[in-house]
Amino acid sequence: MSELASAVDLVAAVHAGQDADAAAREAEARAEADDRNAFLHVGRTPAGSTGPLAGVPVALKDNLCQRDTPTTCASKLLEDWVAPYDATAVARVRAAGAALVGKTNMDEFGMGSSTEHSAFGPALHPRDDERVPGGSSGGSACAVARGVVPVALGTDTGGSVRQPAAFCGVFGLKPTYGAVSRYGLVAFGSSLDVVGPLARTARDAARVFDVIAGHDPRDATSLRAPHALTEPGCDDSPRGLRVGVPEALLEGATDEVRAAFDAALARLRAEGAEVVPVDLPHAKLSVSVYYVLATAEASSNLARFDGGRYGLRVAGRDPGAMVRATRAHFGAEVKRRILLGTFALSAGYHDRYYGQAQRVRRAIARDYAAAFSDCDVVATPTAPTVAFRRGEHADDPLAMYLADLYTLPASLAGLPALSAPAPVASGGLPVGVQFVAPARQERTLFALGARFEAAS
Amino acid sequence: MSDFETVIGLEVHAQIATGRKLFCRCRAIFDAPPNEHVCPVCLGLPGALPVVDQAAVDLALRAGLALGCAVRARSVFARKSYFYPDLAKGYQITQYERPVLEHGELVIDARTVRIQRIHLEEDAAKSSHVGAETRVDYGRAGSPLMEIVTHPDLRSGAEAEAYLRELRAVLLHVGACDGNLEQGSFRCDANVSIRRRGDTTLGARVELKNINSFRFVRQAIEHEAARQRAVVSAGGTIDQETRGWDEGAQTTFVMRSKEDAHDYRYFPDPDLPVLRCSEARVEAARAALPELPAALRARLMAELDLDARQVEPLVAHPGVARFVDEVLAAVPEGERQRVARFVLNEVCPKVETEGLRATLPVPVQPFVELMGLLAEGKVHATAAKEVFSFLVAGERDPGAVVEREGLGQIADAEGIAALAREAVAAHPAQAEQYRDGKTKVLGFFVGQVMKASQGRANPQAVREALIEALA
Repeated sequence: MSELASAVDLVAAVHAGQDADAAAREAEARAEADDRNAFLHVGRTPAGSTGPLAGVPVALKDNLCQRDTPTTCASKLLEDWVAPYDATAVARVRAAGAALVGKTNMDEFGMGSSTEHSAFGPALHPRDDERVPGGSSGGSACAVARGVVPVALGTDTGGSVRQPAAFCGVFGLKPTYGAVSRYGLVAFGSSLDVVGPLARTARDAARVFDVIAGHDPRDATSLRAPHALTEPGCDDSPRGLRVGVPEALLEGATDEVRAAFDAALARLRAEGAEVVPVDLPHAKLSVSVYYVLATAEASSNLARFDGGRYGLRVAGRDPGAMVRATRAHFGAEVKRRILLGTFALSAGYHDRYYGQAQRVRRAIARDYAAAFSDCDVVATPTAPTVAFRRGEHADDPLAMYLADLYTLPASLAGLPALSAPAPVASGGLPVGVQFVAPARQERTLFALGARFEAAS
Repeated sequence: MSDFETVIGLEVHAQIATGRKLFCRCRAIFDAPPNEHVCPVCLGLPGALPVVDQAAVDLALRAGLALGCAVRARSVFARKSYFYPDLAKGYQITQYERPVLEHGELVIDARTVRIQRIHLEEDAAKSSHVGAETRVDYGRAGSPLMEIVTHPDLRSGAEAEAYLRELRAVLLHVGACDGNLEQGSFRCDANVSIRRRGDTTLGARVELKNINSFRFVRQAIEHEAARQRAVVSAGGTIDQETRGWDEGAQTTFVMRSKEDAHDYRYFPDPDLPVLRCSEARVEAARAALPELPAALRARLMAELDLDARQVEPLVAHPGVARFVDEVLAAVPEGERQRVARFVLNEVCPKVETEGLRATLPVPVQPFVELMGLLAEGKVHATAAKEVFSFLVAGERDPGAVVEREGLGQIADAEGIAALAREAVAAHPAQAEQYRDGKTKVLGFFVGQVMKASQGRANPQAVREALIEALA
């Protein structure tokens, strides 16, 4: 099989007359041959020969509805469910000429940071069988890192695009909340969920983002302002940009991660950016806030999986028994979060947990607003460690939750964030550097992200 | 007089008459085949999202303004969670802490019933039990409802019934709800408690659910209040519970006890932004308000010199009210009462209503022409009724009908004089009585002449001709 071209190059070739389906055929063959369990379903739709993604094979995280195609969310509850409609982001990628080549593995309903919590077996790290690819968009990140597809769509609730992108050494964008329609994204935490691209180049990620972004009348939370293209940001100079570093937050990073992060900052300085200190005093509370709000919303979002209308149904002698027997088939992590969220919303605890979390969430957003008076973007590592070993957090969910500390604040504040591959020592595992910008300033993220190359 | 007083608060679920569901674009119609009008949103398919139909909001605003409510500039949709097969998402989208409308009132029989709140919510699907099977029709799921909640200001079943009738009339007149009880577009739950007279605290309340006629509401409340009085008088206590009304047995029965009470875990729906109602929007809704039933009733009573009971058929449906207003505007002021009586007696019994639509038996214009013929004496009352029935049958030119059917009043003096002479000649005994001063027999002769003319003679002219013939 030939070397994988970037999406941008592929489009140029197709526009110049090359067979639009050629790349999709190759991608489908690579996906069939994939030994990372990155795909839950492989199957190709025809590519278009025009449009900004003409001929580009795209993989979709399996919580994005693709019409007439299984959409399982890596859950037993939806094992046999075939979506009857396209998510808006999927329809837009299709309309832009892309070929859809498969659905990728994930943590069940997006709940996890390792893609180990899949009902259909874990996805593996692209380079190391013993390690996780991150999650929950681990299948998408792995597929891109392995060169199966140049780009994939993931979804990010608390870091689910950025952290696997970091672990697998690719680019991952979490857009501004509302910049991409959530219609057809199977909800986890509705006030946090965003669809975002994973790609091997910053330009490809920007290209895909520009295709999927924009107002959608079917999502009442989608932004109304017209989308301004971000791809030109890849050609913007980082000169003069002020990169804020919240030093207090970085204590937990390993030496390996810290070294790569410092190398990334050094490169930006060399390109003319300025590194300045900033403070996000409430950011350290993000883990507590997130695991109340996201689980509260999830407990409600997942209530529809009751065996009544679609998906798994386990018979019971009455409707209540059916609901209980059916829902017993959620995975352990999903059950844990449904219970947490149900508790947080319960009478007598509502204000102490849910109400308090909402208040701290607003404080975190204010922290960013204050920080952005001193800098243009905030930079941190994407995750405190490199890809961890499989099973490492199996007995300690809290440790897994704490590893989300760097990605959660931007999710809670609804801000755009890009994870780019930081420079690492030869042979080292990938490390991501994360940039967070003010709302709708994705273009600035690409001005910085485009200074980095995907790990190979 | 009983030692107890009954305290009642009502919750009405009124379907908003947009014809569309609240959060998707599906049609909301009562008699569609099961599960015909469904989509990913109202089926609660994975990934589907609700978007509020602003037309439903505007109709609710109209209803709320008609009921004197304050509009909340920023109201919030919330999720109410429980598992039931008719609830596609495992939660209902409703409004909880911040409803769109609050603090209204409705006056019935000079009594003010305070309306606590009106909020928007989606309807559940419709379940039916067929043998061991439960069948669910999601065609109803997501239908737009407004829940109209009163304070516990009502004191009897009859008051509750009066409130419901007036509320339904208001909603009909503003076009917010078709008020169809049989089809469930106007549903009532009643919270009933009793307390000793003079007490100011409320007793444990029983919720009576889903009572589908005004009469049943009154009966169910009276029955439930009597049951509670009996329990308390016997030294017992009332349990907070939900009861249904068994029409056949004329009794209430327990549906759900307090132990089954849900924790609905309300929280703001993250899929729906705050619902904004700007002042301009509220003013636009206010400007669209028609004359409300109370004002209309008062005006018609004054204009037509009728009492409240008499004008009720003219007020009951906005379609009839519009007809009446158009007709009254087109006839001379002095004719209004006669025209109104004609409408009440002849038109109203023939009106067919279905929801917000009223089908009048005749169009305004030919009806006004007929009333003109009546006023000018070209036909008299009996003949006018006959012409009216031709109009009901589809004729559109009352003058032509009169001509063709020979229903015109006989106005020629000589013809009437001849009839009068014939009548006098045919009844010499009565004529003798008249001449002896028993002038009351004149009425008898008028009747004879009218009969002979098949009702077409002008009674005043007949009277005059008879007096002459008898002289």
